[in-house]
Amino acid sequence: MGLTGIQIFKYLPKTNCGDCKFPTCLAFAMRLAAAQVRLDACPHVSEEAKKVLTEVSAPPIRLVKLGMGDRTIELGDETVLFRHEKKFNHPSALALLIADNLTDQEIEQKIQQVNNSVMERVGQKLRVELICLQERSADPARFAQVAKKIVASSEAGLILSSFKPEMIKAALAETAARNPLIYAATEENYSQMTALAKEYKLPLAVFSDKGLEALSSLAEKVAAEGVEDLVLDSGARSSGRMLSDLTQIRRAAIKKKFKPLGYPTIIFPGEGGGDALMEAARAGIGIMKYASLIVLNSIEKEVLLPLYTLRQNIFTDPQQPMQVAENLYKVGEPNQDSPLLITTNFSLTYFIVLGEIENSKVPSWLLVADSEGLSVLTAWAADKFNAPKIAKLVKKQNVEEIVKHRKLIIPGYVSILSGEIEEELPGWKVLVGPREAANIPKYLRDMTSSAAL
Amino acid sequence: MAYTVPKEAYNGKINQVEVGRNQHKLIMGGEETLPFLSFEGKAVSTVPLALEIQDINPTGDWASSLTEIYGSVMDNPAEWARMCQDEFKADMICLRLAGTHPDNGDRSPQEAGKIVEAVLSAIKVPLIILGSNHVEKDAAVIKHVAEVAANTGSIIGKAQEKNYKTFAAVATAYGHKLVALSDLDINLSKQLNILLTQSGFDSKNIIIDAMSSTLGYGLEYTYSVMERIRLSALQQNDAMMQMPMICDIGEVTWKVKEAKATEQDQPAWGAVRPRGILWEVLTALSFLMAGGNLVVFRHPEALSRVRSILAELMATA
Repeated sequence: MGLTGIQIFKYLPKTNCGDCKFPTCLAFAMRLAAAQVRLDACPHVSEEAKKVLTEVSAPPIRLVKLGMGDRTIELGDETVLFRHEKKFNHPSALALLIADNLTDQEIEQKIQQVNNSVMERVGQKLRVELICLQERSADPARFAQVAKKIVASSEAGLILSSFKPEMIKAALAETAARNPLIYAATEENYSQMTALAKEYKLPLAVFSDKGLEALSSLAEKVAAEGVEDLVLDSGARSSGRMLSDLTQIRRAAIKKKFKPLGYPTIIFPGEGGGDALMEAARAGIGIMKYASLIVLNSIEKEVLLPLYTLRQNIFTDPQQPMQVAENLYKVGEPNQDSPLLITTNFSLTYFIVLGEIENSKVPSWLLVADSEGLSVLTAWAADKFNAPKIAKLVKKQNVEEIVKHRKLIIPGYVSILSGEIEEELPGWKVLVGPREAANIPKYLRDMTSSAAL
Repeated sequence: MAYTVPKEAYNGKINQVEVGRNQHKLIMGGEETLPFLSFEGKAVSTVPLALEIQDINPTGDWASSLTEIYGSVMDNPAEWARMCQDEFKADMICLRLAGTHPDNGDRSPQEAGKIVEAVLSAIKVPLIILGSNHVEKDAAVIKHVAEVAANTGSIIGKAQEKNYKTFAAVATAYGHKLVALSDLDINLSKQLNILLTQSGFDSKNIIIDAMSSTLGYGLEYTYSVMERIRLSALQQNDAMMQMPMICDIGEVTWKVKEAKATEQDQPAWGAVRPRGILWEVLTALSFLMAGGNLVVFRHPEALSRVRSILAELMATA
């Protein structure tokens, strides 16, 4: 386990044929060691080498896919414990729980709630990805009927939840094509559940609340029977055990290469008790600390927006700042006399400046320059936010036709640019705004009250 | 394959800091693991939760979700503090002297001192005294108010690179703990702690402020900086990173529109009250997961929600 590139190289054909798209076998071996390519990219590798190397090239946490087509949900395949080390690959997927003993009308409403859960933030479309259908009716026909209805009226991914294999079997006849997750194999039912997962080639959740030793040995037994796309549930329902179990599972998989726990995880934060806010708080901890799949009882908008935002924050690439599009943005309902401010397109800079302009309640224009995601000072230092660029942007965005005045407010930290901008933009006057965004409201209010414009 | 619990061995631990006076002292820090991981060692056992009050009535500046809770006590900092202590069960009160800022009333150090005195006599729980985040004015104000609060074991702040000497001198002279604020960067944070220590200040009395942000507005930066500070404290036994960390989240959280826009203005965002509370709760939990030891809230229900979650996190399973 954990072979170096040189060690891996010994097992490769050493022909440098290039069929793997890398120039040499050594280059391929290096990529393999860094888990950046998969072994199947080499068509010539021997069976013996494959056996040794599959172990090495397998990700420490298996990639498991649910759902269909462009609504496929990928879980797992994480390689680090902390987000500053490397981007977390697959954002925690959210599911809404629907019990099959609700009325048809209630069920329809909940399905629509999932279908209408899309919100947009920083250019990303965020949604509740799945529906978890939970069997409470003890009636296979009812369970199957609701499952069928869900598949017919939503494109969401599906989790079929029952510890009774006959229930799952009844629902699968109608829904297997959606590639649902079967929840769950337990110590008691695992051979039947495993047989179903094998028959339909579906991922399977494994549940044991008797500790991680019991959970890992159950996962091992299921895998030995030939089902390898697993999702783990340790039965943790309160925040403390959730954090402890999810941390141990992630660490065991990544640091100890402990294969029986090298799978994505599922949590049910609402089952720990309390209302929608308590559920959301526990879900939040799951987003931060290693839950792959989060099943919620409540997805009201006021809960979703915070959870979506948290998920976006935690799963952002730490090496790649989030950016907003270069544009002339309206803040409030500005007119041709409203103040015009400029900043860079680092999303954090943009959001903070935008927020403070909103706080000022002065309708304004905010011109956002593409600085490749750098903040104002850094962008200026890297020459990505300079006078020629700013002048070009003013022309490109037709600012001179949109505002009547010719005054541009620049961030206080780049006051040094004012003379140069005025040279590049004849007829314009550059005003130096505050250094800190927090002082924008006062600046704008003072400016409008003294009618500087 | 037998499962063994994947424990980490840490070399360092977090300083334990005691604040407050008489029988109402509180401790924070002292943990020897990453947050709440009691399976591998001594996890954090107390996380004080504070509510913020101000020396001047913040109506207009604060979101209405907040001002409708506090109402008329906002005119009287001492009563406001008492309400937070008695009714909302805050473990500490955080008095932000917003009215000393040159653009926001420009109150004198003496006026601020009177308010500190009144608040201290109204409460038993420990007090955090913060300036208005104006480096020069804060230094002038703190000289006086630290003396007014002498021997109460309060926390004062925020010392920054440009005014830390004044803060360090008065914190030492009058027996206070010190919040050291730097600009969202692990190296700057460490450097300020080194400067403070080199100036003769006892590093055991420092509380790190890594610069809090809020959900959706830079949360991930604070989160990762705090996580890295904790890791270097525990794994590398870096004494200049082993201070408890404060999460001053109320101010940044209740500024953003997601926390305060009404449902009429933003129908797609749902009800404003729970949304705002959850915004503050998730921000707090993020920084607690990253190693925070003390949280300053503005909404009492956000505080009580986090208290319930903390009870779950600290329960031995």
